[in-house]
Amino acid sequence: MATVVLAAPRPSTVGRLVADTWTSMLRVLLNYRHSPGLLAASLGVPVVMVVVFGYVFGSAMRVPGGGDYREFLMPGLFAMVATNGVMPTMVGAARDVGRGVTDRLRSMPVSRTGLLLGQTLADLLVSVVVLALLALVGLAAGWRARHGLADTAGAFALLLLFRFVMTWAGTLLGLAVGKEEAAGQLSVAVFPLAMITNAYVPTGGMPGWLRLVADWNPISSVVQACRELFGNPSAPGSAWPMQHATLAALLWSAALLALCVPLAVRKFATHGR
Amino acid sequence: MSDTTRPAIEMAGVRKRFGATEALRGLDLTVPAGTVCGLLGPNGAGKTTAVRVLATLVAPDSGTARVAGHDVVRAAEDVRRAIGLAGQHAAVDEGITGRDNLRLLGRLHRLGTRRARERADELLARFGLAEAADRLVRTYSGGMRRRLDLIASLVTSPPVLFLDEPTTGLDPRSRQEIWDTVKELADGGTTVLLTTQYLEEADRLADDIVVVDHGAAIATGPPDRLKAAIGSQVSVTLADAGQLAATAVVLSAMTGGDAQVDIAERTVTVLTVPGVSVLLPALVRELDGAGVVARDVAVRAPSLDDVFLSLTGGSARGDGGDSEQGDAAGSAGAVGRAA
Repeated sequence: MATVVLAAPRPSTVGRLVADTWTSMLRVLLNYRHSPGLLAASLGVPVVMVVVFGYVFGSAMRVPGGGDYREFLMPGLFAMVATNGVMPTMVGAARDVGRGVTDRLRSMPVSRTGLLLGQTLADLLVSVVVLALLALVGLAAGWRARHGLADTAGAFALLLLFRFVMTWAGTLLGLAVGKEEAAGQLSVAVFPLAMITNAYVPTGGMPGWLRLVADWNPISSVVQACRELFGNPSAPGSAWPMQHATLAALLWSAALLALCVPLAVRKFATHGR
Repeated sequence: MSDTTRPAIEMAGVRKRFGATEALRGLDLTVPAGTVCGLLGPNGAGKTTAVRVLATLVAPDSGTARVAGHDVVRAAEDVRRAIGLAGQHAAVDEGITGRDNLRLLGRLHRLGTRRARERADELLARFGLAEAADRLVRTYSGGMRRRLDLIASLVTSPPVLFLDEPTTGLDPRSRQEIWDTVKELADGGTTVLLTTQYLEEADRLADDIVVVDHGAAIATGPPDRLKAAIGSQVSVTLADAGQLAATAVVLSAMTGGDAQVDIAERTVTVLTVPGVSVLLPALVRELDGAGVVARDVAVRAPSLDDVFLSLTGGSARGDGGDSEQGDAAGSAGAVGRAA
């Protein structure tokens, strides 16, 4: 027979996971390389956020207990960047499903976990750059990390962890909706979720029921934890997640990962069954 | 894959239900190694679901399916190593170059970085995409994208290839290019399962055709045998409408079929009963004998359109697939009713 199977013998599961993760990362990064606009938008958003929230809204803001509003705001903006991780993976996953790319990959002898992991890790790499840029803009606007290197590193690690969580949530949602346009519309729904938090204003002034939602919002835990680790002003209130912000942020992240990763991998493996 | 005696693709009694819709109702299919099988049917007949079952994308509710000797459920990984899939979409990443698309797939197939690059170059050169190799796929024409999608399924030279409506929506030239590629692969020994709504496509490419309707095979065989199973179409156009009735009597008697009279066109059409052949000279003599003056007499061997329409009856017309069939096959479509 003239046809020859070129594929190598079946490799180990771990070897395959690592190789496919890397290839999948490469694909996302190549996409970024050819779409400088995409990267520019990712980088431009933080700058705009600092100007709009820090200087426009911030001009009329007073932090309870004193403190500079822009210093109060920066951990909120960092957490927003982390939260926005839901969008690129959601749109990307939905686009792949809609165009049949997911089906092609699923018909191949590849590690499904590796393919998804590669996409989320590639996003993480990009978000390191975005967070670094936002930090620079923040420094220019007067923000400082005041608690030393270890706490600062801890805060950024927490932010990256939360971004990673959100990219998996995005992957799951994207696979579930399966249409690029629908994913685009769904990403609008992320906005109110990100607003009902302590990121921009202290929750103390909100009506009781809304404050409850805001205080228990996972994003708020991340924001409060960062304020504490950076030594920035905060007004946490008495809710449990606000009093134990770092622990709450870690618990939320662990819980969301434990939920989203298996569901996303399963959704990917059994799509259309 | 050394086992050439075993069919490359086997399906037996495969059923698959999605909610209230039963997409496959006991589909049987056998494709010998090295042949091209055309799965022909209207929209919603279950063709795509059949391919998805065989490509391990969908698990059957019951029945068995084997590809290259491997069970699609129990040995899905082995099946995946033996197949290539090109779907209805151009399933390629538009944000990167054609070359990178193929290289990434080569890496996923574990060819190694260098071999993946060589294989990408080979495929791009062989299928006429070398010049566009370093352009982003989003700048490709529809035909180029589909060609890239097709060669993306060839990265490992799989022994079994699934093509789900590979030319739907393509212009005639692009369609011809895809056909040439499929022919070349088939000549090289690849087993191809091709789904299509285009009769001409199945007729040109397939060694065997399986007509699918409502999730089951309703006819199987080489294109010629399927065509022989239904009669030829005989039509006579008259100068004088007054002779329509006499003509209908002659045609019915000769063919054993029911003559249909189109008064406006002054045409009588009839489909012969299978097995009855009508020769043009005999037909002309009979018409002369009845005093009929014919302006045009035609005996046309059945096309796959006729086969398709006579087998699928109403379903081919009811679901919107009709216009595409007509546009692809070009020839007369109204014949099926008479059968």
